[in-house]
Amino acid sequence: MSATDTQDPNRRDFLYVATGMAAVVGAGAVAWPFIDQMRPDASTLALASVEVDVSSLTPGMSLIVKWRGKPVVVRNRTEQEMKDGEAVNLADLKDPIARNANLPADAPATDANRTTPGKEAWMVMVQVCTHLGCIPLGQEGDFGGWFCPCHGSVYDTAGRIRKGPAPENMAVPVFKFISDTKILIG
Amino acid sequence: MSEGHSTYTPKTGIERWFDARMPLPRMVYDSFIAYPVPRNLNYAWTFGGILAIMLVAQILTGIVLAMHYTADTNLAFNSVEKIMRDVNSGWLLRYLHSNGASFFFVAVYIHIFRGLYYGSYKAPRELLWILGCIIYLLMMATGFMGYVLPWGQMSFWGATVITGFFSAIPLVGDWIQQLLLGGFAVDNPTLNRFFALHYLLPFMIAGVVVLHVWALHVVGQSNPTGIEVKSKTDTVAFTPYATIKDAFGMIVFLFFFAYFVFYLPNFLGHPDNYTVANPLKTPAHIVPEWYFLPFYAILRAITFNIGPINSKLGGVLCMFGAIVMLFLVPWLDTSKVRSAVYRPWYKLFFWLFAADAVLLGWLGSQPAEGSFVFMAQMATLFYFAFFLVVLPVLGLIETPRRLPNSITEAVLEKNKGAGGGHPAGANAAPETKG
Amino acid sequence: MKKILTSLALLGLLAGGIGAVGSAAMAAEEAHNAAAPTHFPIDEPKEMDWSFAGPFGTYDKAQLQRGLKVYKEVCSACHSMNLVAFRTLEGLGYSEAQVKSFAAEYTIHDGPNDAGDMFDRPGKPSDHFPAPFANEEAAAASNGGAAPPDMSLLAKARGVERGFPRFVFDIFTQYAQGGPDYIHSLLTGYDQTPPAGMVIPEGTHYNPYFMSGVSLKMPKPLSDGQVTYDDGSPQTVDQYSRDVSAFLMWAAEPHLEDRKKTGFRVLVFLLLFGALVYLTKRKVWEGVAH
Repeated sequence: MSATDTQDPNRRDFLYVATGMAAVVGAGAVAWPFIDQMRPDASTLALASVEVDVSSLTPGMSLIVKWRGKPVVVRNRTEQEMKDGEAVNLADLKDPIARNANLPADAPATDANRTTPGKEAWMVMVQVCTHLGCIPLGQEGDFGGWFCPCHGSVYDTAGRIRKGPAPENMAVPVFKFISDTKILIG
Repeated sequence: MSEGHSTYTPKTGIERWFDARMPLPRMVYDSFIAYPVPRNLNYAWTFGGILAIMLVAQILTGIVLAMHYTADTNLAFNSVEKIMRDVNSGWLLRYLHSNGASFFFVAVYIHIFRGLYYGSYKAPRELLWILGCIIYLLMMATGFMGYVLPWGQMSFWGATVITGFFSAIPLVGDWIQQLLLGGFAVDNPTLNRFFALHYLLPFMIAGVVVLHVWALHVVGQSNPTGIEVKSKTDTVAFTPYATIKDAFGMIVFLFFFAYFVFYLPNFLGHPDNYTVANPLKTPAHIVPEWYFLPFYAILRAITFNIGPINSKLGGVLCMFGAIVMLFLVPWLDTSKVRSAVYRPWYKLFFWLFAADAVLLGWLGSQPAEGSFVFMAQMATLFYFAFFLVVLPVLGLIETPRRLPNSITEAVLEKNKGAGGGHPAGANAAPETKG
Repeated sequence: MKKILTSLALLGLLAGGIGAVGSAAMAAEEAHNAAAPTHFPIDEPKEMDWSFAGPFGTYDKAQLQRGLKVYKEVCSACHSMNLVAFRTLEGLGYSEAQVKSFAAEYTIHDGPNDAGDMFDRPGKPSDHFPAPFANEEAAAASNGGAAPPDMSLLAKARGVERGFPRFVFDIFTQYAQGGPDYIHSLLTGYDQTPPAGMVIPEGTHYNPYFMSGVSLKMPKPLSDGQVTYDDGSPQTVDQYSRDVSAFLMWAAEPHLEDRKKTGFRVLVFLLLFGALVYLTKRKVWEGVAH
């Protein structure tokens, strides 16, 4: 309240700036919980990995499990399907990237890179069309792989996009064989 | 005071463009920047602003809680617990919302008692006061329905008891009760409609708040002296003077609020509400949330028939009557002087009334037995006597103290007494800003 | 007229005066009849020292682990804990692998499988504690007509009325341990002789700390040496009761530590911010008498 304070514009400015900054910091800290609550909650994250027993799958059989709310196909491919997959020239592929979460992001989309080493017969893949999220039908279409009825995307036996509007190969999730008959997805 | 003469002059091109099409900047400027407020407002006047941020906080936390809540009798309780356990920051948002309701009422009670003390309801502010009473009623409805949503034991039995009020109405009571419940007892239809209405009512409150502020800006704020603003020296500009004072008041209020949210989040709640609702088992003592306790005490105080009115209906009528009293205050008070500062007798009765309200609140939390019943009856009698006898009579017979001629005079008198102040600067500053 | 007003003022004072003595009178009334008390609990819960009390309270993880052991080996035979998932046990200081093997010790009823049948499988961290009874009716039928309450929220769902003026002091002392105090007192409150003349209903057990009657259906659940502790803590009823009460507080309020820590930061911020705003306010109003 002293007269010198009124005549010291620097101190006044500093006070106003400090108060304003504190208000901004406070507002930011308050905003965070409101955004934070939108993220997947603890019970959802706890379901982020599933174990699948694949002992009953003989070559040519598939099963579908739900993982993070999406269908994941596990397919024990036939000899013929694997041969078809390996025979493809990489230059013919619409999307030359493996899209395999277990490999580096720029790995080429060879048949082997779409599977896991030593278990090349097994396709584990999020069965969701990369176009607009429909679920393609298995073992249909011109390439013996998958065919999406929504907008006509066609995938080959390794789940790679070959024809139609979809831009990418179907995604391979993080997975590993924890034994010969058990797969851990996620 | 603010009879539409705007002092806003658009400076930039954009401001001029807006001003010609939709003068929103002008409205904001006139209402929240240049708007003149009495210079002698004390911290009791910051509660209007505090209530505004509490309403916004409740709506925001409520909306995000609704993203996780499920209004189904089988799932409601567990969905609230999922918020408390699994949702990121869920415990914080839920405690903010549940304690926020309590602190909303803390603020509104201080706001109402401030109005009663300084006679803020007197002409020309009757409509302003009544709009406030409507907001208070809507808040009570919202608070009650919100308390039902967690579907604990108190939720269920509170809903049962309060909807039971309506069954006291002769002839159509049962029909109305069934209409409210959507069944013969509180059940899934009740929970669903309460959720829908609990989401709706805060927006209705916000609407009435707009009217409340509109009415305020027409008649201007009252002030501790109760004397109307007479000249420019009586006022200061809303910004920065009132804004910064309100901001400080809010932070102090938020400090107490945060103390409860983080350290005593269940202090104002009831343990029984952490047990899932059981329609076959009533808890030993049903008590409403603390902010309803005075009215609950009045409800239970009527244990006798009043002529043709049986005690059940009598209790319900007295309880609603207690709120109706508030609506009538502008006409019950016959005094020509507004502020209790100049009314020694009224001041005494005001504090007795405040003590009576607290006593009623405490009695409402106690079991209705023994001497508590008699005390509640005495306290209820005084509650109504304050409105129906003290307010009308006191205005006619009381000799008020000498009133200052203006706000400025009162302020200068006070500052002289305190041995300080800058009368010259005090007059100059508002004139340049206002 | 003045007379009426004066008497009204006196009425107001009178009501307040009665309020003050009224509660004391009620307490005195009660003390008269020890054999037929009307207010429960007969004895107030003992206030214990809890590590999680106060503004800087934290859970004692070793204690929570012991409490979990007591719950698992004793309480869980009758009491469910439906809201608690195994994965949250990491909050007790267990590793992910430990939680996994802990969960696997339980059998979870799941299904239906592809053939449409329900089946049993070992528990996973994402599962919740399985309930000991299929439904509430079965629980009640096996326990003399009273279903044992779910324990997930017990520490917050129990609390003895503190009364005036103590509830006012509680604001300043931050007393929020009514639940664990009650549970501890109840568990250690058995084996007492009821006052002469008191009628204890058949099939119930006298406990002066029980909050809704003179006796309860649950027999004394704990006895010395019943649960083996690996960390050398005393294996007494008192210690078991403390540990399981603390564990139940954790089960009811798993984010307590986070809450108190956040709270301290928020209050410090508000204090500093408030000081800044106050100084700004003084500057703004400087020279304006008000």
